[in-house]
Amino acid sequence: MEAVAPKPQVRRFDFRHVVDSERLLGILMLAPAVLFVFLLTGVPFFYAIYLSLNTTIAGRFDYSFVGLQNYIDILQSSLFRRSLANTFIFTIISQVLVLVLAKILALALANQFRGRNLLRFLILLPWAAPIALSTIGWKWMFDSQYSVVNWLLRALHIIGPYDFPQWLGEPHLAMAAVIFVHVWRMLPFATVILLAGMTSIPQDVMDAAAVDGANFWTRLVHILIPLMLPIMSVALLFGVVFTFTDMGVVYVLTRGGPPVNATHVLASWAFQIGIISNDLGQGAAISLFLFPVLLIASIFMLRLASRTDVGV
Amino acid sequence: MSLNRKLATRLLVYGIAIGFALLSAFPFFWMVITAFKANRDLYNPTNNPFLFNEPPTLDHIRLLFFNTPYVRWLGNTSLVGIIVVLITVVLAVPAGYSLARLIGRWGERLAIMIFLAYLIPPTLLFIPLSRVISLLGLQDSLWSLVLVYPSFTVPFCTWLMMGFFKSIPLELEDAALVDGCSRLGALVRIIFPISISGILTTVIFAFTLSTQEFVYALTFISSSAHKTISVGVPTDLIRGDVFYWGSLMAAALLPSVFIALIYNAFLDRFIAGITGGALK
Repeated sequence: MEAVAPKPQVRRFDFRHVVDSERLLGILMLAPAVLFVFLLTGVPFFYAIYLSLNTTIAGRFDYSFVGLQNYIDILQSSLFRRSLANTFIFTIISQVLVLVLAKILALALANQFRGRNLLRFLILLPWAAPIALSTIGWKWMFDSQYSVVNWLLRALHIIGPYDFPQWLGEPHLAMAAVIFVHVWRMLPFATVILLAGMTSIPQDVMDAAAVDGANFWTRLVHILIPLMLPIMSVALLFGVVFTFTDMGVVYVLTRGGPPVNATHVLASWAFQIGIISNDLGQGAAISLFLFPVLLIASIFMLRLASRTDVGV
Repeated sequence: MSLNRKLATRLLVYGIAIGFALLSAFPFFWMVITAFKANRDLYNPTNNPFLFNEPPTLDHIRLLFFNTPYVRWLGNTSLVGIIVVLITVVLAVPAGYSLARLIGRWGERLAIMIFLAYLIPPTLLFIPLSRVISLLGLQDSLWSLVLVYPSFTVPFCTWLMMGFFKSIPLELEDAALVDGCSRLGALVRIIFPISISGILTTVIFAFTLSTQEFVYALTFISSSAHKTISVGVPTDLIRGDVFYWGSLMAAALLPSVFIALIYNAFLDRFIAGITGGALK
């Protein structure tokens, strides 16, 4: 058949036919995943907005519409404002630290040396381990009496022999502890992303700069960092989203204390109000305060994706 | 570079890498020490905590495995993980292929939208979902987790699979199509078999993501018998004010190391998935 007909026409016909059936096949293969994800994220999201405009408690399915009352109540609560501020403090401080430390660590790991794979595995542990379990480890290390951290500090004479800092018993130290655990957890993730970005920079660019007499800092500031800006933004965006919306660290480490609400974040406060106190309407409203940050992060991701023309 | 400077750089690199590795791994090292330490030794602040001042003991491990629901939690976690993996593979592998090859112009945009769904955190949706779960009569049931976990494993794994399928040379499928295979036939006979390693990555990440999850499990599950390790260990191994630190550390250590090992083996694919085009 192909031998007889003029070639271009056959191809064209085949092509169009294939495209039509392929698009149908494509939609059929994609639809179940899209539908499933939408039903479990899109629908609950709109339901959350509906809940936040009503007064309703768990176990009963009657709603009374209260408009923006839940939001007004929340904003007037000093406990809520505290947790909102904490969320920002935790996220900003920890992400700045993570970016700086990850950059240093990635620069070191970019070198080839013996034992690199073992070290990479050890550095990766905090990211791979379930956060609720590793935070339990930190809770023990920050114990009021048997803290190994304090023991080390005493042994190194950084604190006096009879000092027992209450890491989780004093508001400022507890804040520091939560930030520290977040940094510890996100550092490996940011490092491996930066490392991947670094190895993708063509070596000849770096070599050319070195030949031109650029020293380490010049190369870092003028070549490495500008070239790595997109990948650094990826690491930062993920870091911000994961830290801003996390409640595992606070819930396991301090339960929001000490004594009450000193370290609560938006997510753990929403859990406290929505699930423990059964006020679904207010709980949903608190959770929705996470959304603007997510939205901004998503827009940045999309812009990043369109600039690099392939994907996120 | 002079020899001296080279040596200095080398020392600096080692110093930084080893320093960070110690910091990262220390809590896990500490879990090992604590898990095997006798209580009398553990709770004596004058003892050097790094040494075994009393002979090591298996008491904590014994308590954990025989007197707590830990084994049950391991079972629950694996069961949920396995079913979530199955659902994820069934949904994400075809979706990834469709985005990579079949959808055309729309594929790119749709793919990014799907990927963004992975960023939607459980803490945004756990309150409405808790009501959906109770409407479905699934509260305090492992099925609630089986239902909800694919909402984040599917987007992530679809994205991973799309990247994987894009890396397969087009010629391979074209050859099959020319040989008279239908597109579906080419998929089943040629593409899926050579995609086993990509699918395995999906399996690993769907499993680890569902094992790490904390918020949904904390919200939906209330009875000890139905908990997963992530939630059971931090909530149920503490009785009143009494912390069974030895058992707690053993309980945290085992799954952490297990997951870290499989995770490490697939790290490069994870990075490729997360960073995608930002590297090009």
